[in-house]
Amino acid sequence: MSEPVIIFDHVSKSYPLYHHITGGIKNFLFNLPKALSSIKNSKHEVLKDISFAVYKGETLGIIGRNGVGKSTTLGLIAGVLRPSKGKVTVKGRISPLLELGGGFHQELTGKENIMLNGVLLGLTRNEVKRKLDEIIEFSELGDFIYQPIRTYSSGMEARLGFSVIAHLDPEILLIDEVLAVGDMEFQKKCLDKMMGFKKSGVTMVFVSHSKEDVEGICDRVIWIDNRSIRMAGTPKDVVLHYSLI
Amino acid sequence: MKVRYKSSFLGYLWSIAHPLTFAFVFFIAFKMVMRIAMENYTLFLIAGLFPWQWFSNSVNLSPMVFLGNASIIKKVNFPRNIIPFTIVLQDMIHFILSIPVIILFLFIYRKSPFLSWFYGIPLLMVIQFLMTFGVSLIVSSVNLFFRDLERLTSIFVTLFFYFTPIIYPETMIPETYKPFINLNPLAPLVVSWRNLFLKGTLEPFYLLISFLYAILIFALGYQVYRKLSWRFAEIL
Repeated sequence: MSEPVIIFDHVSKSYPLYHHITGGIKNFLFNLPKALSSIKNSKHEVLKDISFAVYKGETLGIIGRNGVGKSTTLGLIAGVLRPSKGKVTVKGRISPLLELGGGFHQELTGKENIMLNGVLLGLTRNEVKRKLDEIIEFSELGDFIYQPIRTYSSGMEARLGFSVIAHLDPEILLIDEVLAVGDMEFQKKCLDKMMGFKKSGVTMVFVSHSKEDVEGICDRVIWIDNRSIRMAGTPKDVVLHYSLI
Repeated sequence: MKVRYKSSFLGYLWSIAHPLTFAFVFFIAFKMVMRIAMENYTLFLIAGLFPWQWFSNSVNLSPMVFLGNASIIKKVNFPRNIIPFTIVLQDMIHFILSIPVIILFLFIYRKSPFLSWFYGIPLLMVIQFLMTFGVSLIVSSVNLFFRDLERLTSIFVTLFFYFTPIIYPETMIPETYKPFINLNPLAPLVVSWRNLFLKGTLEPFYLLISFLYAILIFALGYQVYRKLSWRFAEIL
């Protein structure tokens, strides 16, 4: 096996429960002692002591029920979250497609968002410009590309999101459930594209609820349950055990 | 790396219309009704209001900058301080573009621009940029944790507007309160701007104080941002 590009080394992640601040400064100051203790004590642990590695060119699937920490795991890989304990090492440029519409600004048009995303993901303006037509064509959004994102349907946003990410020469691709909202035809198109990436050696981490997709694409699957990895192995085995529950 | 923001041409017109309207209101209130004994009061107002406008626009917008870009912050890892940076930069550009209006008013009052502007304006701009960016970083970061900071911000900005010698000259402050004026970081800065625009002079003492304040506020703002920034994605 080649070198690992994503390494989770005994990673734990817990969120403080931010209920003390929802009341704002006023409540915080009036209930100061209580608020301070709640910062220290209230914690919601999402991941506990998780270790795994993803190797270059590999496609890893992550499955599990809602709220077990799949998205948190992707957030940690993308670097927008920091682990509370342990260490996350990532080598290479990450193209994250977390949740719906990978980071779009609602007021900007589709086209402007492509530029914005491209630049944020570390490409130069000219590189994005060269890819612009290809992206717009793949998304099949037509004239909607000149409309602000807030007028888009969720499916359209997902289309644009995937199109942008897929065309910006990803090294590591993170995909979180985005395919679920696209129509069948577009889902197939995305899967084809991902198979293409697989062939060209792009590392992918793929979170999905669709057992067929996971089985079809992934080389290896981990199943997260109750804050830790319950099972890791070939897609067939893991999906089989997962569906027995 | 550049983040492009929609800045409309109207934004520029607003940035001039707003302080001009203020100037008009204060002119009526103080010059025509209360008859303040000052020459060139309109010019005096404008010279203080334009720099103030830069500060207050940036700071008032700050609470929303991270909230408004929540979807991007949650998904892409990039230096988040770019967003407040562009806000402050944009208001600075508006300020630069409003300098011709000041020149126009100088001519109306039969005065002319000064040569000292060539070094004075960039110097004060650096100071004000640091100060504004510092405040902006604090407000924008902390607002994610305390969402009602937004209201407090606008109250404090208004408060500071009246504590800063903008609509009145610093010389009119009663002797007993004069020592306190330099406790307001904005006071020496605004006074410096006005002296520069109206008389072409820069007083080293005021310059030094405002510079020290700017460094201090920027350092503080950056610390606050650094401590809080990695939690942004958690809380949005």
